[in-house]
Amino acid sequence: MAGVLVICESKQGRLQKTSRQVLSAGRRLAEASGEALVAAAFGPDAASLAGDAGSLGAATILVVADPALGEYSTEAHTAAAVRLIEHADPSIVLLPGSSNGRDLAPRLAARLGVGVASDVTGLEWVEGKLRARRPVYSGKAIAVVEVDGRPAIATCRPNAFPIEPAGGSAAEVVSVDHQASQPRARVVETKIPESEELTIAEADIIVSGGRGLKEAANFSYIRDLAHAIGGAVGASRATVDAGWIDHHHQVGQTGRVVSPNVYIAVGVSGAIQHLAGMSSSKHIVAINKDAEAPIFRIADLGVVGDLFQILPLLTEEVKKAKEQH
Amino acid sequence: MNSVVCVSQVPDTESRIRIASDGLTIEETGLKFIVSPYDEYALEEAIRLKEKSGGDVTVVSFGPDRVAQALRECLARGATKAIHIKGDSGKADSLGIARVLAAAIRETPFDLVFLGKQGVGTDNSLVGPMLAELLDLPHVNVVTRIEIGEGSLTAHREIEGAEEVIETTLPAVIMAQKGLNEPRYASLKGIMAAKKIPIETKTTGDLGLTDDEIYGSRVRVVSLSLPPEKTAGKKIDGSDPAAAAAEIIRYIRDEAKAL
Ligand SMILES: Cc1cc2nc3c(=O)[nH]c(=O)nc-3n(C[C@H](O)[C@H](O)[C@H](O)COP(=O)(O)OP(=O)(O)OC[C@H]3O[C@@H](n4cnc5c(N)ncnc54)[C@H](O)[C@@H]3O)c2cc1C
Ligand SMILES: Nc1ncnc2c1ncn2[C@@H]1O[C@H](COP(=O)(O)O)[C@@H](O)[C@H]1O
Repeated sequence: MAGVLVICESKQGRLQKTSRQVLSAGRRLAEASGEALVAAAFGPDAASLAGDAGSLGAATILVVADPALGEYSTEAHTAAAVRLIEHADPSIVLLPGSSNGRDLAPRLAARLGVGVASDVTGLEWVEGKLRARRPVYSGKAIAVVEVDGRPAIATCRPNAFPIEPAGGSAAEVVSVDHQASQPRARVVETKIPESEELTIAEADIIVSGGRGLKEAANFSYIRDLAHAIGGAVGASRATVDAGWIDHHHQVGQTGRVVSPNVYIAVGVSGAIQHLAGMSSSKHIVAINKDAEAPIFRIADLGVVGDLFQILPLLTEEVKKAKEQH
Repeated sequence: MNSVVCVSQVPDTESRIRIASDGLTIEETGLKFIVSPYDEYALEEAIRLKEKSGGDVTVVSFGPDRVAQALRECLARGATKAIHIKGDSGKADSLGIARVLAAAIRETPFDLVFLGKQGVGTDNSLVGPMLAELLDLPHVNVVTRIEIGEGSLTAHREIEGAEEVIETTLPAVIMAQKGLNEPRYASLKGIMAAKKIPIETKTTGDLGLTDDEIYGSRVRVVSLSLPPEKTAGKKIDGSDPAAAAAEIIRYIRDEAKAL
């Protein structure tokens, strides 16, 4: 066997959105290289992803069904991924650029003695080699890298690749056995915040607040709009450092890099380190009272005005627009 | 408790980036270099452990002559030893860098190895897990808190919308995330004391590595370019809040197709 192997993640028996994106990216590469697209998944639910994987163009899904792999562990998943690669001998391995994908890829690569192109926003097959595009220096430059070695490994930035349904029937499930081992580092607890908030990593719409909000309590303006529009709450570092909101909301160089369909920056000046985290968003709206704020240089729609006046009206309008559906 | 901290030196995040004439690297003349921000959290945590229970904090950097400055800064903040492995780290890929660091660390006694979760600039987030694998040690990535136990360690790892509490045996490799601590500044006393500590220099040959192991790139930059100038979009006057809200709605609905 050979091909493009996509290591997928699932939640409650469905493929994660980022994994769907990677399967679609993988299908394009598979078409270019004339190879098969092969999905792979771990844990007790893995086989139930066959339908999802097939609909995105995978003919086969390799499954390591060991129940111990239901929860991510670097060491256990590295060992299982090595087994998959021995089994499939792929020329390319793609993973989602999620927390776990970005943890697994380098450990796996070091074991195999190969390299990784990480957090890529574009992939191409050029003369028998994988070429990847990745923004560097906060998006101030774009690098194109060529990945040698077999397999060539890449992690894909969330939301950088569109999901393209292929209309295929369920993928054929192939079980791969592996030798379970006792990892030295194990998860003893997972703490999920009580409010089931949408996270900025995967959201299609992000509403971000900056120091223009003046105080912590005013993040309610951002939350209300985010809630109405079905988006996630983002934040500038200045607000995180001020203790107005938790760090996992921070967008930017020392926060998360996001590329949602819509990014609404409210009272955010647009410092270079903030732009680093959001400039690849597809549609950028900025609300700022300073017409000279740098955020306007990259905004597709810039509104020079007072957030405290505009946001409540905007939230109301969004609610109305949603009701019409 | 002995710690090793891997430190990378990167262009200041405010820098204007220019592409060198080779079309593959950045122009370094005139650039200001800093200790990569996440490495500061890594260093701070190691210094705090030393202050609590003794031992050494050895900072290691692989790179050209200029990285000696980054190591000096780390000594001034409280590291007790520094190793500079000389080489053109910009021409090595992440696995090459991890091999160099692994070889240097094997010669140093340690209980914990700290790195940044990501080198700011190239933003790979690869060296840490690769190094842990080469040292055959467990690692915990994106760590916001650690507690040391008897021969073990508990670390909090940040993931999408949640936090994992991970228990691992020691020695282990930790990748620091923002939030782990508040890094200190160097004191004048620290700066003076650091001047007396020699920086040990080594070549990659001293570590028994061949150029091919380090520079035989598995990931090679084939072009580096500036992104196309983004043409600023439409800018409207929001002094009429209702009209502004209506225009935003129109944009999100008709152009982003998100309503
Ligand atoms: C190494 C390093 C890493 C960093 N990493 C990050 C990072 O990851 N993410 C990040 O965001 N920053 C980061 N920063 C910080 C960054 O440089 C800025 O300080 C920060 O982004 C500023 O946040 P802000 O836009 O909320 O605040 P400010 O720059 O203070 O901007 C507030 C804005 O609100 C506007 N405003 C005020 N009142 C109103 C109103 N009533 N209506 C509308 N607008 C209003 C103002 O005009 C202003 O533009 C980093 C800095 C360094 C040195
Ligand atoms: N040349 C280097 N010398 C020492 N440590 C390094 C070097 N490059 C990377 N590191 C370490 O590896 C971490 C992750 O870097 P990266 O994988 O490049 O994002 C950094 O935060 C450093 O701790």
